[in-house]
Amino acid sequence: MNARSEFIDYGPEAIILAGLTGRNWRLADYVARGGYEALKKILTEKTPPQAIIAELKKSALRGRGGAGFPTGLKWSFVPQQYSGDKYLVCNSDEGEPGTFKDRDILRYNPHVLIEGMAIAAYAMGCRRGYNYIHGEIWDTYERCEEALEEAYQARYLCDNILGSGFSFHLYNQHGFGAYICGEETALLESLEGKKGLPRYKPPFPASYGLYGKPTTINNTETFAAVPWIINRGGEAFLNLGRPNNGGTKIFSVSGDVERPGNAKLLEMAGGMRAGRKLKACIPGGSSMPVLPGEAMMQTDMDYDSIAKAGSMLGSGGVIVMDETRCMVRSLLRVSYFYFEESCGQCTPCREGTGWLWRVLNRIEHGEGRNGDLELLTSVSDNIAGRTICALGDAAALPVKSFIKHFRDEFQYHIDHKRCLVPDYV
Amino acid sequence: MLSPDSLKRIDREIAKYPAGRAQSAVIAALAIAQDEKGWLSTETIDFVASYLSLPSILVYEVATFYEMYNMRPVGNKITICTNLPCALHGAAQAAVHLKQSLGIDFDETTADGSFTLKQGECFGACGDAPVLLVDNKRLCSWMSNDKIDELIAELRAKAN
Ligand SMILES: Cc1cc2nc3c(=O)[nH]c(=O)nc-3n(C[C@H](O)[C@H](O)[C@H](O)COP(=O)(O)O)c2cc1C
Ligand code: FES
Repeated sequence: MNARSEFIDYGPEAIILAGLTGRNWRLADYVARGGYEALKKILTEKTPPQAIIAELKKSALRGRGGAGFPTGLKWSFVPQQYSGDKYLVCNSDEGEPGTFKDRDILRYNPHVLIEGMAIAAYAMGCRRGYNYIHGEIWDTYERCEEALEEAYQARYLCDNILGSGFSFHLYNQHGFGAYICGEETALLESLEGKKGLPRYKPPFPASYGLYGKPTTINNTETFAAVPWIINRGGEAFLNLGRPNNGGTKIFSVSGDVERPGNAKLLEMAGGMRAGRKLKACIPGGSSMPVLPGEAMMQTDMDYDSIAKAGSMLGSGGVIVMDETRCMVRSLLRVSYFYFEESCGQCTPCREGTGWLWRVLNRIEHGEGRNGDLELLTSVSDNIAGRTICALGDAAALPVKSFIKHFRDEFQYHIDHKRCLVPDYV
Repeated sequence: MLSPDSLKRIDREIAKYPAGRAQSAVIAALAIAQDEKGWLSTETIDFVASYLSLPSILVYEVATFYEMYNMRPVGNKITICTNLPCALHGAAQAAVHLKQSLGIDFDETTADGSFTLKQGECFGACGDAPVLLVDNKRLCSWMSNDKIDELIAELRAKAN
């Protein structure tokens, strides 16, 4: 394993992670970088909330949590005239295998999230917010607690912020080891102190969210892009990206690369490990379809281009697999994850994820039967679209795509009771 | 019963939520109870329930749903992420090394009770692979075999 230091520079095109050194996360550092200017600006100019939402729409910012839903549109769903409690929630429950960008935002630039959330709260009239942080990154949770403390002290969070009459209070809650709580309605259940069982939709959180009140949930990276958009304008953000895909997107590159990290592209991850050839790549976290290496090298990394290539950008977790990797074994591990993390509420998912794993397990261990590939496809088809939340689809998509692109390799396992690429560890 | 210090920490969590929403603090309260007791016995769960004025069953449901609660006594708990991105980047070997060094498999505790080994799912820290978590709190990154040996030695020394 190559030695590496903790912090990686994010490169000249970074927005949210620009100018960071790994140590300059405190309030004073953030303010020195121009932080909290966007919040001050809207509060002193008394920008109408509608104008902020319009700016977000113009920016074409799409949710960074996986589904790529247009953020401005989502914000416009919250009933403006509703005068009761409304909540703002940040989804920092990052646990999509291959995705590790939110942790870097939270630990290296926590105030950009706080500022982004305060602006969002102003735009939607929320007085209270929660940042739900993945349980396994405890040190990051503690840092976020410290950052909140700083923001309260400086009165960027309080009643009547900067004398504007606008009040916002933000709190951190940590999870405790449940991938499903990344699903937004499971997250709300967890915030209410319950098991993380996704809710039926509709009603959507915009009308019935936390404690049954109108609620907006966005991913960490989504909120973190907001101050930049307010400072420089939606148009400038849009121009950084591609039409309909505004701004820059952080990619997390993991697997068979020299130096996993949050980078713009493969080169920045140091290239393929040991100079090997790219065999397969999952471009958007393990819930998304796998692509063969050649297809991957020919596509642009935006939501629409990846969709055209047959996968999804998802959370931006790029999992790289080189020519020495066995596709059966890789898929087996992915399937185990969904089996383990299914909340058990819906029968197709609860039973189907276990079934997929057991069939893949027997193929991997030389006990595959003819017809198993058809069985896997049929079980997948009977999960997808038949569950309350998208975990079912997330379990089915990898199976279908691995078999589609690497069918020969799976068939070889069944026919020869062994692996095509034996030296996988 | 929990210590005054733990109760103070729980009160701080309750204060994060609107009045009458103390149930929201249950995940944190159980984590705090576990910090003090090492694991969640039925008595501990009952105590947390009564402290938050909740039916025990609600608290028990939470304790059994979330993976990081210890429903049995554990030693120094080492959880290693073996999910695909980590497995591709050294975690598979690291897991083998951990098992050999401790002489136990996943979900087992050493005979002297000093170590428990768990297989984890994605921590959201895949760039740090192989990555492991000691007692839920301490994230250890880029764990080569040498660093794993050092960690085990350190935890052993502390126990003695
Ligand atoms: C099983 C499952 C897990 C999810 N995990 C996450 C997650 O870890 N982080 C996240 O932001 N969104 C996650 N999502 C998506 C959320 O439900 C939601 O779409 C997102 O938080 C909305 O924020 P955005 O519009 O800013 O992307 C997950 C969805 C599903 C179905
Ligand atoms: S896969 Fe191991 S931390 Fe994400």
